Amino acid sequence: MTTTRFQELIARNEVAHSQRRRITNAVMLTLTGLLTLLALIPLFWIVGYVIYRGGSTINLAFFTQLSRPLGMAGGGVLFSIEGTAVITILACLFAIPPGVLAAFYVARNPNTPLGVALRFGTDVLAGVPSIVMGLFIYVILVVPTKHYSAWAGGLALAILMLPTIIRTTEEMLKLVPHTLREGSLGLGAPEWKTSLSVMFPAALNGIITGFLLAIARSVGETAPLLFTALGNEQYDVGKIVQGGIQTHQSLFMIIGRIVNQPVDSLPLTLWKYAQQPYPERIDQSWGVALVLMIFVLLIEIAARLWVESRKRALQG
Amino acid sequence: MKKISVPRENHWLARFQRSTHHGDVLWSGLIILASLLVLALVIAIGWMLWQQSADARVKLGWGFILPTSNATWDPLSGVFQSWAFIYSTLMTSLLAILLAVPISVGIAIFLAELCPPSLRLPLNWMIELLAAIPSVVYGLWGIFVFLPKVVVPIGEGLAILGQVPVLNSFFTGPIPLSGSSRLAAAMILTIMIIPTIAAITRDVLLAIPNSQREAAMGLGSTRWEMIWQVLLPYGLSGMLGAIILGLGRALGETMAVTMVIGNSLEATNSLLKPGSTMASLLANQFKEAVSQLHTDAMIEIGLTLFVITLILNLIARFLVWQVARRTPQEARA
Repeated sequence: MTTTRFQELIARNEVAHSQRRRITNAVMLTLTGLLTLLALIPLFWIVGYVIYRGGSTINLAFFTQLSRPLGMAGGGVLFSIEGTAVITILACLFAIPPGVLAAFYVARNPNTPLGVALRFGTDVLAGVPSIVMGLFIYVILVVPTKHYSAWAGGLALAILMLPTIIRTTEEMLKLVPHTLREGSLGLGAPEWKTSLSVMFPAALNGIITGFLLAIARSVGETAPLLFTALGNEQYDVGKIVQGGIQTHQSLFMIIGRIVNQPVDSLPLTLWKYAQQPYPERIDQSWGVALVLMIFVLLIEIAARLWVESRKRALQG
Repeated sequence: MKKISVPRENHWLARFQRSTHHGDVLWSGLIILASLLVLALVIAIGWMLWQQSADARVKLGWGFILPTSNATWDPLSGVFQSWAFIYSTLMTSLLAILLAVPISVGIAIFLAELCPPSLRLPLNWMIELLAAIPSVVYGLWGIFVFLPKVVVPIGEGLAILGQVPVLNSFFTGPIPLSGSSRLAAAMILTIMIIPTIAAITRDVLLAIPNSQREAAMGLGSTRWEMIWQVLLPYGLSGMLGAIILGLGRALGETMAVTMVIGNSLEATNSLLKPGSTMASLLANQFKEAVSQLHTDAMIEIGLTLFVITLILNLIARFLVWQVARRTPQEARA
């Protein structure tokens, strides 16, 4: 059987075509792998360099002392660590109760007008630039009270944490099997008791993971604190408490003095130190970067490991 | 046997329990209140910014945000035109998107379609950790490592384009020795938004039903043809949503940009010159505002930023929602 010219052409074209297709395939697929590697370069570069520069700065004094005046060696960032702790605790106090309650509402009523509006509002809140939150708190709190304070900073971070908390809590509540809820209601428990003592404990692990992720994100935030918490290098919780006890102040007054003054936080200190032209300040800012990064990455990794292990446990 | 005490019919406790459905009325009131609080917060943010910038909006008019050829920002003489900052914001963010999208889509394809299962989890984690690094740390690394090592050489290369007739205003060199420039901001932003875009695109790809892949492979396409001609068009609107979310993140990013952009108030078009974005201007000047009008003008910048991100979010949510609605909940084998 002789092949026609037409068939011959098709055959040749086929060969040429398939080669081109094969090469395109190989090149493009390799390229995607290379792009993934490319994106990982900054990660390792940043982490490695921060460990290298920060590691040489960090010592015990770094964690236990207040900052020294310029020109004096040593000194630490205790003020900033304490400030971060105070602001973060305040942010959790402000954000977690309303966030969890609102999540209970959306998880139960996702399709009511309020539920739809709330989910949309959460999305909007998640997209608002963090510096705008700072502006908002400045306008509603700092201007009327006429001073910067830790709790203004905490409130700004709380707004930032809200969307994460609402979303993860909602997701986790939805994952609780219906049978648990129905069982509890069937036994005659009222809705609130079912929510609080059946649904909430069942979803607690996931919810706490959500809190951890929200905290990890907010600890690294600087922009909303710029004009709410401002910064305060003389901040010393230990001294305030001691002074308070010596002068027999009530617990509320001591707490009031802790939260009612400007404070620093780690990212804020980093930013201020990095702008100064003194090498020892720059070194310290690398130290702060290391502390901050280790803290954030540890929380993030721990939370993820927890989720993974639980997923595996659930799948059996 | 212990006697269980039951409140009598007309005891106040019994009446209270009945009238509140055993506390359920209080509970639903509480959770509705919390929900309303969150909603009120969103509205309050917009409203407060609107109200506080009222003076600035009246005094400065539309000229404040409209494009002007030689925008000036002079707090001392009270001249405020924010076009230079809006321009910088848009330019750095768009350039960042332009650079980040091909990389992120490549990553998403690799993670969703090609990656060996043993590598998938660690790689997913690493890409997401990139999003967890605080932006001040990006900024610090940017100033001391990224700018001198990467941005300055690239900037010097791009300065050659300054001789080309049409492009010259965008590439007027030379880049400052420190590397602080709009280019630097755009490149840092690129790194920062890659995880956002890559993660959402990966999820979009994973949500595409397997029947699409099988059909394409069954028709004899190569793997790349399947991805390029079937999966990407299928997930296009979801990917657009991802890109817009990334854009929103880039527009609002403050600290890293403030640290590398050079914070100059000059109105130039060049990528290689220092500038200020809207967010970085707020970070730098808000505390040191010299007059009430200065403060109000900056709150108006905040308002502009809020409105832009609000609109972007609306569009992105709509696109993502459309994909979710169209895609059947079919599990991937």
